[in-house]
Parts: sequence; structure tokens; C-alpha cells
Amino acid sequence: MSQSNLRNITFSVNGKGYNVQVEPRMLLSDVLRDELRLTGTHVGCEHGICGACTVIMDGRPIRSCLAFGVQADKAEIKTVEGLAENSCDFHPLQQAFWEKHGLQCGFCTSGMLMTAYDFLEKNHNPTREQIREGISGNLCRCTGYQNIVEAVELAAEIINKKKESLEGPADKRMVFPSAEVEV
Amino acid sequence: MKPAVFEYHTPTELNEALDLLEEFGFDAKIMSGGQSLIPMMNMRLARPKVIIDINNISDLNYIRVNDSVVQIGGMTRHYQVEESEKISQVCPLLSEGMKLIGHSQIRSRGTIGGSVAHADPTAELPVMLATLGATITLASSDGLRTVTTDEFFITYMTTAMEMNEILVSVEIPLPPKRTGFAIDEFTLRKGDFGIVLAAAMVTLDEEGKISAATLCLGGVDGVPVVLEEVTEGLIGHFPDDELISECCNLIGEFIDPEPDVHASAEYRKDLSITYAKRVLLLASNRASISEVK
Repeated sequence: MSQSNLRNITFSVNGKGYNVQVEPRMLLSDVLRDELRLTGTHVGCEHGICGACTVIMDGRPIRSCLAFGVQADKAEIKTVEGLAENSCDFHPLQQAFWEKHGLQCGFCTSGMLMTAYDFLEKNHNPTREQIREGISGNLCRCTGYQNIVEAVELAAEIINKKKESLEGPADKRMVFPSAEVEV
Repeated sequence: MKPAVFEYHTPTELNEALDLLEEFGFDAKIMSGGQSLIPMMNMRLARPKVIIDINNISDLNYIRVNDSVVQIGGMTRHYQVEESEKISQVCPLLSEGMKLIGHSQIRSRGTIGGSVAHADPTAELPVMLATLGATITLASSDGLRTVTTDEFFITYMTTAMEMNEILVSVEIPLPPKRTGFAIDEFTLRKGDFGIVLAAAMVTLDEEGKISAATLCLGGVDGVPVVLEEVTEGLIGHFPDDELISECCNLIGEFIDPEPDVHASAEYRKDLSITYAKRVLLLASNRASISEVK
């Protein structure tokens, strides 16, 4: 490969800017793993079936094995490494996958998490059926789907509770608790 | 599984892309969403020497609606059509059908032009366009030409596009009032390739009788199959379960599906009848309760 075929790309991953030189044929999943050493994004089938390589690009979930790194030039990407707000806490989804045993071998997990992340952004109170459909593009070869669905359900609850504790329940904001009023 | 080496071009204007296509001819492949081409390149079923990536041609990404037609640019992504409020108002079949295409990850990248030009016989878009009587506009350095879906789809993965052409838009005529649509498909798992898919468009007259009906099947031939022989029996009648069943039972005489690992020819015929009934009935019901603009 001649040097001249290398392309310079600038993009942000989990809020951090990167500038790398890549061959145009290098898949985005490989750029993330091999150039940036962000190996949380897993590569399963490499032809768009398994969903393990799902990342968020410019606010949309994509399969990073079905995009070239060069196509991510100027894009904003979020991978599983950027899911938790800091290195001490879990994201509610990670917390829920832990509590509900939503993983066995863990290979599909980062893709499941990123898909569920996007899904819960759009569906705050999903039904189990909607969750099943939401993760239908991700395969778990341990077949641990029941616990994954339960984990996504629990994550939605955790996220909603967090929001309530910050903003108060949607229907009770600006209303004094009756006990305090009576005293 | 990694793609073979290719020369990579990223034009930002249509003319630039067309010039590149003239220059490289058979060696070049246009890439839009890449959701079919990249898997083929990863598996090295496709090894194009030159990739002309049209993702940066923003002029090809649009949804325009006027009094008579919806025009969608070739680089418009599936999710943009799926989420478009305009489309859901004027052409609900598209909104409904988009949701059947692959998974959300695929719809984030996949494009209208790419899916239509790929011409997979089990793909949803070709069936929707054939149902809606859409046209397809192709650009080359000689200019533009517009073809019907009938002229465009030739056989499995084969279209009327010349080597120097790019699919720039599809145009869908707005349906008359009192028109209802439906699309449904049989898949083994949600988001899989369809085994058989069916779409219908039914228009009622002022009395509520069927004045026009279109039924289109996918997965039963190399191209979308519009079955006028089946729907002509509905014209002039009130929508009726038994009448629709009677007409759909004729379908087996007009299609000749190929058996494959997923389904035998007989099974595809049975599925076609079942799904055709379902979509024609639903489209009729929707026509009678809606005043489609």
C-alpha cells in the first residue's frame, strides 16, 4: 500500500478529538479498535448481521463494520467507553445489565448497550415487545435474550427515576407534599 | 474479512461524480449508504477497483413535496423518510414500509437510491415504488432520463441503469382522495430479508366503491410483480372480505416463484395469497376511513 492512499481524518469519539491517517478500506470498527485502541467495540460477523459493532455516529446507531473510517471524518462518535459519565459510575444500562445478569460471555454486550442506549433515548417507557424489536438487530449467541430484555426494562426505570429525582415527578411538580402542608 | 484495496473518491458535486464515472467506467462502483455494498466488499464478493463515494453530495439528500408529487433525492437516508412528517401525511405507505427495512442501524445509513439501484427482489423499496406508480430519475453526463419501475427493474439485482448513470431521485405521484395503503411481509425474524412481501393501494369513489386498486408482490420473482389480473376483479365493487379472497386465490396462476433454502415455490405461493388478502383488506379499510390529501 502506497503512502499516498492514506487519508487524514479528524473526528471526535466520546467527546475527545482524534486525528488519524487511515487507508480508505479500513472499516470504522477497525479504526476504533486498532488505531484508537478503543477495544470495547466488538467485531463479530463483519457483514452487518450481528450488531456487536454498533456505535452511535452523529446521534444515530450504526454498524461500524458497515462504514469506512474515512466516512466518519468530522463525525461525532460515541462508543461503549463513553457510556458512563465517569470511570467510577455505571450508566443506568450498565447497572441494569449487571443486576439482571444481562450478559453471559459478554461478546454482544457493547453492541447491545449502544443499541439500547439509542432505543431508550427515543422510548422512555417501552413495552417488552418494543424492547424486543429494538434489539432485534443484535444477536446474542449465548441466547440470553430474556435477561437482556429485563435489563433494558430496568434501565428505563432507573433513568426515569433519576429524572424524577432531579426534576420531580412530571405530574407533581410545583405541588407541596400534603403531609408538610397539614403540619 | 476486510475489503480489498480500492481507489477512493469523494466528490461533493453530482457533475464531479459523473465525470469520475465516465473516467473509470466498469472499474468504478458508486457507494451511497453502503449497507449492501460494504458487506459484499468485506466478504470480497465485490472487489471494485474504484469507489466513488457520493455521501458528501448534499444536493442529493432531500424530500420535496408539491401538489402532485413527492420527490426524494437518491442520497436521502431511510430514517429520514421513516421519520418525515410530510411523508407520513401524503404517502403513509412509505412511512410504514420503511420500518420493515432491516434494523435501525441499517436505516441510519442506508439510502433510497442505494436500495433501489441494488434491486434486491426481496427489498421493500422496489415493491413500494412499483405499488405507488413511481418513476426513477437517472443522471449521466448526457443529462437526465426518467423511467418507470417497470422499465427500471430487469431481473435479480439488475436494472436498466447504464454504467455511466447515477440514480438521483425517485418521484411518487400523490394519491387521489379516499386512498388507503398497506404493506406487510413474512420474515423468519424481525428485520430479516423478507420471504414474501405484499403492498396494496386502494382508491374508493364517492359512493365507497373501489375505483382503483394495485397489488404488488416481492420475493416471488426477480422484480416486483404488479398483479393487475388480480385487482381488476375488485373495480366497481364495495370492499368485501369474500371478494378480496376470491380475487387473491387467483394469484397462484400468475406467479412462478423459485424455491430456495428458505421456502419452497408452493409455500411462497401460499404466503403470497395470505399476505395479498391481508394488505388489500387493510388498504380498503383505511381508504374508507381516511381522506388522504
